[in-house]
Amino acid sequence: MEAILAQLLNGLDKGGAYALIALGLTLVFGTLGVVNFAHGALFMLGAFCAVAFRQLITLETVIIDPTKLSPWGTPLEVRTPLAQTWFGDWGGFMIEYSVPLSILLAIPVMLIIGIVMERGLIKHFYKRPHAEQILVTFGLAIVLQEIVKAIFGANPISQPMPSSLAGAADVGVWLGLSAGAVTYPLWRLTYFLFAVLVLGAVFAFLRFTTFGMVVRSGMADRETVGLLGINIDRRFTIMFGLAAVVAGLAGVMYTPLVPPTYSLGMDFLVLSFVVVVVGGMGSLPGAVAAGFLLGILQSFASMNEIKQIIPGIDQIIIYLVAVLILLVRPRGLLGRRGVMEA
Amino acid sequence: MHLFAMPRRDAITLAIFAVVVLAMPFWLAPFGASYPGLLQKFAIFGIFAIGYNILFGLTGYLSFGHAAFLGVGSYTAVWSFKLLTMDVFPAIIFAVILAGLFALLIGWLSLKRSGIYFAILTLAFAQMMYNLAYSVLTPITNGETSLQLTLKDPRLIDLMFTERGEGLPSASILGHNFTGFEAFYFTAVMLILAFFVAQKIFSSPFGMMLRAIKSNQTRMNYTGFNTKPYTLTAFVISGMYAGLAGALLAVTDPLAGAERMQWQASGEVVLMTILGGVGTLVGPVIGAWLIKYFENIFSAFNEGILSRFFEFLPDGVSDAVVMVTSKFVGEGWHLTLGLLFVLVVVFLPGGIVEGVRRVGKLFQHRSKPGTGAAVRVQPAE
Repeated sequence: MEAILAQLLNGLDKGGAYALIALGLTLVFGTLGVVNFAHGALFMLGAFCAVAFRQLITLETVIIDPTKLSPWGTPLEVRTPLAQTWFGDWGGFMIEYSVPLSILLAIPVMLIIGIVMERGLIKHFYKRPHAEQILVTFGLAIVLQEIVKAIFGANPISQPMPSSLAGAADVGVWLGLSAGAVTYPLWRLTYFLFAVLVLGAVFAFLRFTTFGMVVRSGMADRETVGLLGINIDRRFTIMFGLAAVVAGLAGVMYTPLVPPTYSLGMDFLVLSFVVVVVGGMGSLPGAVAAGFLLGILQSFASMNEIKQIIPGIDQIIIYLVAVLILLVRPRGLLGRRGVMEA
Repeated sequence: MHLFAMPRRDAITLAIFAVVVLAMPFWLAPFGASYPGLLQKFAIFGIFAIGYNILFGLTGYLSFGHAAFLGVGSYTAVWSFKLLTMDVFPAIIFAVILAGLFALLIGWLSLKRSGIYFAILTLAFAQMMYNLAYSVLTPITNGETSLQLTLKDPRLIDLMFTERGEGLPSASILGHNFTGFEAFYFTAVMLILAFFVAQKIFSSPFGMMLRAIKSNQTRMNYTGFNTKPYTLTAFVISGMYAGLAGALLAVTDPLAGAERMQWQASGEVVLMTILGGVGTLVGPVIGAWLIKYFENIFSAFNEGILSRFFEFLPDGVSDAVVMVTSKFVGEGWHLTLGLLFVLVVVFLPGGIVEGVRRVGKLFQHRSKPGTGAAVRVQPAE
């Protein structure tokens, strides 16, 4: 029981990341009809927003104080982060909470990147075949990750999580089990809650605002909405920006779990595509459900008991599920009948 | 000799291609690319791209998992070296057959779907093979350390005839060891053969059928053709080409690692094909050469070379130019590749071959006005 609960929890944070990326992918496909292979790169760019933010606020001024000597006899160097000189105690707080705070930076940056990407490149590919969309966005992904590599280098840059969230939560106690039976790192719990929050916000935005209503109707029948005199293209562009923001936020909050490198996006891209296909191309609830489902399946497959029965299953489970779904039910778990069933 | 009969035009193309390939050590010397290691790569990846193009160029099915077959070919060849003999022919034959069998299975499943689903299915299969090669299949693939020759290999056939020598053996052909330029000429002959077979496929009724499938599969089905056997055959053929390329990689360097099967490697062959020209015969080869050339030569550029190159500019300007350009060469050559690729897909979907054709047309236009504006026949939808 405890083991199952622990694996269930382990799957949640990864599932949250899958769900967030897949949601953006499927949103772009559902609105613009574009298969975006650069979406993983957006996740990576989000992660590097956090890196850039931290590097910015931890820029230091070095003052050599000749009156004091270090234990080695050299003049003592006093390093103060600029953030501390500018903001005082607030600066220390900013450095401590740099990862969550960089969300504030990531939202506008990712929105702009998304909109520029859409207007600059993607819009020329609405009517081209899916294969060419895949190719051009694949090339774009290479360009984006190489730019990041040129700026930040090729080594992973680890991001510390706030120390107040670095511990583990005793989840077992909350559920009435004995103390210490099931513990779960607090940051991963935070990530899961954050993912749920963002997903909820996106769904609420689409469900309860006029803008969201127009977008949903545009997804159902783009031409009719256009004929009603609504500039659906512009709304879809904004949705692309929104998808970029969602992917970026997923990346920002993921940095303490995996130190970001420039190739982070490619690793997640393949998996999130698989997630989208399992959920059903263009189906938003499908992407979310499949994201969590596959995250949890993956964590169960990596249990030792299961690996003993089927060796190597943890390495291939996600792809295996995708192959089965594609062969048996190509529209995916929650896909609409008739959409992309070929 | 009916098998070798071909139209005069094709024969001329083949002859020119053969001369260009065989003379590579000479005409590539001024570009600093005339060393055996790189020339072999040119030939091998040329084969890989030609084979990939038979699938993607003719049928339009975008596979994102072709590197898996290359990896299978490499592993098979190295095992053949280890267990049987250092002779290249058994290694190549086994590699091609096994890669073909893998392609048959994966193709049979993947071709049940088309478009993006096909791409994801092939990608999923390749990733599964890659992940397994790294983890549980370690007894076969030797995991992260790569499969390589050891001094204790059984090599049953070789050791029947000769004593075990000092050090690791190298690949041989009918008892004759070869390295360096000899190995290049061996791969070059393979490339020309591969090109010849591709030419035959392109001009055959089978190739015609594949092109018809690309232009309108639905209509083909409605006219009563079952397209599956044709696409599957194309898939298997291109898988066998990849197996051949993998085996040749193992011949030039008897080492097989799982990273050859990774999906970035599959992406690379797609890049080669697109860059050169999808659906053309020479295009993929040109694309493969360009990418391998850049990978080896461009990536060796550093700021020192650049600053010598831009010496003629005024000091400040040359520093700035060097700073900007250095981001695009050396470590950053992938950036150049990515940009080039995006530009090609956006502006020149037919790749370099189409570019050359357009430039050629421009000159024709000037000399003979009127002929260029021939009416293009569009198929009725």
